[in-house]
Amino acid sequence: MTGFLTLFHKEILRFRKVMLQTVGAPILTALLYLLIFSHVLEAHVQVYPGVSYTAFLMPGLIMMSVLQNAFANGSSSLIQSKISGNIVFFLLAPLSYLEFFLAYLFAAMVRGLVVGLGVAVVGAFFTELRIEHPLWILAFALASSAVFGCVGIIAGIWAEKFDQLAGVQNFAIVPLTFLSGVFYSIHSLPAFWQAVSHYNPVFYMIDGFRYGFFGVSDVDPWHALAVVLPCLAVLAGATLHLLGAGYKLRH
Amino acid sequence: MAAAIRVRDLAKRFGLLEALRGVDLEIGQGEFFALLGPNGAGKTTLISILAGLVRASAGEASVMGYDVVRQYREARRALGVVPQELVFDPFFTVRETLRFQSGYFGIRDNEAWIDALLHHLGLADKADTNMRRLSGGMKRRVLVAQALVHRPPVIILDEPTAGVDVELRQTLWGFIQDLNREGHTILLTTHYLEEAEQLCERVAMLKDGRIVALDRTENLLRGEAEHRLELRLSPPALPESLRPRLLQEEDGVFHLRLADYGELEPVLAELRRCGARVEGLCVSQPDLEEVFVRIMRGAA
Ligand SMILES: Nc1ncnc2c1ncn2[C@@H]1O[C@H](COP(=O)(O)OP(=O)(O)OP(=O)(O)O)[C@@H](O)[C@H]1O
Ligand SMILES: [Mg+2]
Repeated sequence: MTGFLTLFHKEILRFRKVMLQTVGAPILTALLYLLIFSHVLEAHVQVYPGVSYTAFLMPGLIMMSVLQNAFANGSSSLIQSKISGNIVFFLLAPLSYLEFFLAYLFAAMVRGLVVGLGVAVVGAFFTELRIEHPLWILAFALASSAVFGCVGIIAGIWAEKFDQLAGVQNFAIVPLTFLSGVFYSIHSLPAFWQAVSHYNPVFYMIDGFRYGFFGVSDVDPWHALAVVLPCLAVLAGATLHLLGAGYKLRH
Repeated sequence: MAAAIRVRDLAKRFGLLEALRGVDLEIGQGEFFALLGPNGAGKTTLISILAGLVRASAGEASVMGYDVVRQYREARRALGVVPQELVFDPFFTVRETLRFQSGYFGIRDNEAWIDALLHHLGLADKADTNMRRLSGGMKRRVLVAQALVHRPPVIILDEPTAGVDVELRQTLWGFIQDLNREGHTILLTTHYLEEAEQLCERVAMLKDGRIVALDRTENLLRGEAEHRLELRLSPPALPESLRPRLLQEEDGVFHLRLADYGELEPVLAELRRCGARVEGLCVSQPDLEEVFVRIMRGAA
């Protein structure tokens, strides 16, 4: 237990010491999206009755920030430790794979949720956010940050160079999060792209999360959760398996 | 009593390269042991397998009787490793680094021992300095301290004195010798063979992934060629009766072969009898470096 807590604490401290980059920068990015998109589209788009476009955009932006930062935390921490070699410090220690996994996962979730909360707080200055079902908000925030925390850990274990990680970020994480209904309802898409979106798990994360705010969504939140939780189970299992096998960490 | 370190038929392949080819080794508790060998011999690979950083391709390894794979938690708790590479976490200070390391080993409140380590390794005034700001030798000291936070019974030092100044080398070895006297088992690798000769009771020499020599240090030295006696004489001529001992003559200095110190007295008596006066004299003993060179050449 002490081993897990120490590693978790170390991971938290690592991003706290560089808050400006790890928390400040992503909040600023989300804020820029909010200003630009809401300025351009506010007058033209209304997705749900009684919900302004800016308000509609907020949950999507929050969730996008949560996901990208949950991914970034574990992946960048692991690759830095691998490249600088200081990963031996905990590889030499009697930490179990589960402790290792949970420490990185929880730290990634904390980073994602802190950034998400920051975006929500800053966004509150620009639009009024309703909160219909706080439990749904919490459930999707936790489950989705955990999913991307796992993806980040896997990517951090796999990557040997920073540009490989940037590749994952640019070719998988960003497209998945952008093409998931952050900026629009998929009902506004042509039928084909609507169908494709249904295969993107991020779509369900954002849709379920949005339901918590407005009480309306494209699919039923239970249905969304029934997609997200199995994703989490599979990814968590895969991460634990890789750690147990020592993949790329213990040669 | 379980061996401190036990390795059986250990092999490791990296792709086509065979880094270890069937190594057997047993190091008893409380030993001070040197693992020597040229660059690329497989020393770090062997240590990494013991530490669980590298998985063996075949064979088994245990620390204090705990298998390094099946009982990895017990094995790692029993082992402190100072890695060869100078690694550090630039986010933290020296004290934070040591606190975290204690925590990874499940130790909550370790301040007294951390302070003692800082003191013994001459780091007390650097405790709150960021790791980035330390010199190379100081980073090395922190690595030593990190390996010891959990007071492991078995301590492995992979070239701990590379790039370290004379003073630290002495304090470091003094400290390690104290730990050895308290019962800790020490395994070290070094390219400074005089260090190994002074410190270690037993030596293994590794070459191309095989152990080519394994014995007590004194036995290895005894097996080595004779001592060497260097003489400056007046008049500068060697009595005929001593000619058979002559190895070389250089600038009026005669190098004679001696089987051991016991032969010194007869040689001096012979010189006296022949009326040769000794103006300078020096006896050099065989050292581990000569043994090492001979064995490595022989094993080629
Ligand atoms: N991760 C790795 N991948 C591929 N080859 C490796 C790896 N680690 C070590 N080797 C190879 O294994 C052999 C043994 O290396 P090792 O580091 O064990 O040598 P060493 O005895 O510690 O040498 P040195 O005195 O230079 O530290 C070398 O040929 C090395 O190139
Ligand atoms: Mg080495």
